[in-house]
Amino acid sequence: MTDFLLLALLAGLGVALVSGPLGAFVVWRRMAYFGDTLAHAALLGVAAGLWLAIAPGLAVTLVCMLMALGLLALQRQHSLATDTLLGILSHSSLALGLIAMYLIPGARMDLEALLFGDLLAVTQGETLGIWITAVVVLALLHRLWTPLLAITVHEDLARVEGVKVGWVKTALMLTLALVIASAMKVVGVLLITALLVIPAATARRFATGPGQMAMLGSLAGMTAVCLGIAASWWWDTPMGPSIVLGAGLLFVLSLAWPRRHS
Amino acid sequence: MSTLLDVRNLCLSLGGRSILDNVSFTLPAGQILTLIGPNGAGKTSLIRVILGLQRPDSGSVASPRPLRIGYMPQKLHIDATLPLTVGGFLALADRDRGRCRDALARVEIPRLLDQPVSALSGGETQRVLLARALLRKPELLVLDEPVQGVDVNGQEALYRLITRIRAETGCAILMVSHDLHLVMAATDQVICLNRHVCCHGTPEAVSASAAYTELFGARTALYTHHHDHEHGLHGDVARCADHRHD
Repeated sequence: MTDFLLLALLAGLGVALVSGPLGAFVVWRRMAYFGDTLAHAALLGVAAGLWLAIAPGLAVTLVCMLMALGLLALQRQHSLATDTLLGILSHSSLALGLIAMYLIPGARMDLEALLFGDLLAVTQGETLGIWITAVVVLALLHRLWTPLLAITVHEDLARVEGVKVGWVKTALMLTLALVIASAMKVVGVLLITALLVIPAATARRFATGPGQMAMLGSLAGMTAVCLGIAASWWWDTPMGPSIVLGAGLLFVLSLAWPRRHS
Repeated sequence: MSTLLDVRNLCLSLGGRSILDNVSFTLPAGQILTLIGPNGAGKTSLIRVILGLQRPDSGSVASPRPLRIGYMPQKLHIDATLPLTVGGFLALADRDRGRCRDALARVEIPRLLDQPVSALSGGETQRVLLARALLRKPELLVLDEPVQGVDVNGQEALYRLITRIRAETGCAILMVSHDLHLVMAATDQVICLNRHVCCHGTPEAVSASAAYTELFGARTALYTHHHDHEHGLHGDVARCADHRHD
């Protein structure tokens, strides 16, 4: 196995590992659309990075986090339904990102790589970044596990029991932004949410508790990464979509599994 | 008797509509106070203000010391994608499995610890919510429509349970109910709320008052015979539990 393939595998596994527990919260809290919006904002981050001549990784992370904070603020207003607002923001930022990239002189961006990922081009530094993000995010989710679960089950009840709901939500949103920024290289901005949602949904079939679902989600995601990279190696298919398709395949297979009573 | 909760001149409007208008009352330690009133009367809003979930426009909620409050919300909706057992649900309030088991025993559903929350009946769900409130060792229990989604016999059993919990723990209870006659035996004071306090007193005094009759009309007379029925309620609960384990 060649080095670049090993790096691709490592980077993919790092993202899949953290997408288990985070994806579980995305599914439980119905945040898939938030994920899409943050991912589309990542494209804007790339453009901003080029424009301001700062490192693209840093620019993407910053723009995603700013977007996350903006979304949190927007959730507090009630004049427009959240999904409508997200629809507006998500696609406006995607369009703005695309246009900005087109307008930047001399920028020759591989748009396909941004939209669908370019795992084979992942560098050592980026792989390290993915794993640092994964470890930090996993540690944070572990520490906030009970309050996060409490606000997911019943927010008011959690608040009465002393959970700092605002802080916990902010932490979750920023975590999501971090992971999406770091996962961009793996599956691209259009497919990131799939990597969060599909393994978690697959895990639901087998899990009897929330912790189990998070772990099984990681396992499903990592399996999908291996499947996708293998398929891409043998059949020369694009890697990001192959990983997502692998995750989809696992989900379909899971449907055949007899459903437990839970 | 010492005052546990002193609610003074609460006013609240939401979206330009007046929800609470100058609401005042006191709750002595160890007493049960029931809020009744028609839909949209501001019962849940009043509870949310008392719990600190909603800031009032004016007025105050005071207690002599910071209170440990156990809160039982009106509904529990858990997304179907979240696998959660009763034990897992209770662990969100207290990780000690032994204490969770005790709390379930106190609400008379000792065997449901490993059941998925999604498989509970209406009455079982209410008891699980009550168990979680009890885990906080509350000085004040706030129950928002505790018998919601429970059949009439189950409602009576739940009110008896609530009365017994008060007797055992000495905690004060503030609860919302839509039916004065069902709750009559289980309450010390009743407040009839329709944005403002319509009447306030013992359940007998309130049910005899003109304000109450005006608000609820004659339909309440239909319910006066509920206390004659005594079904095997404990048996019902036990039978449900058996059913799940086979």
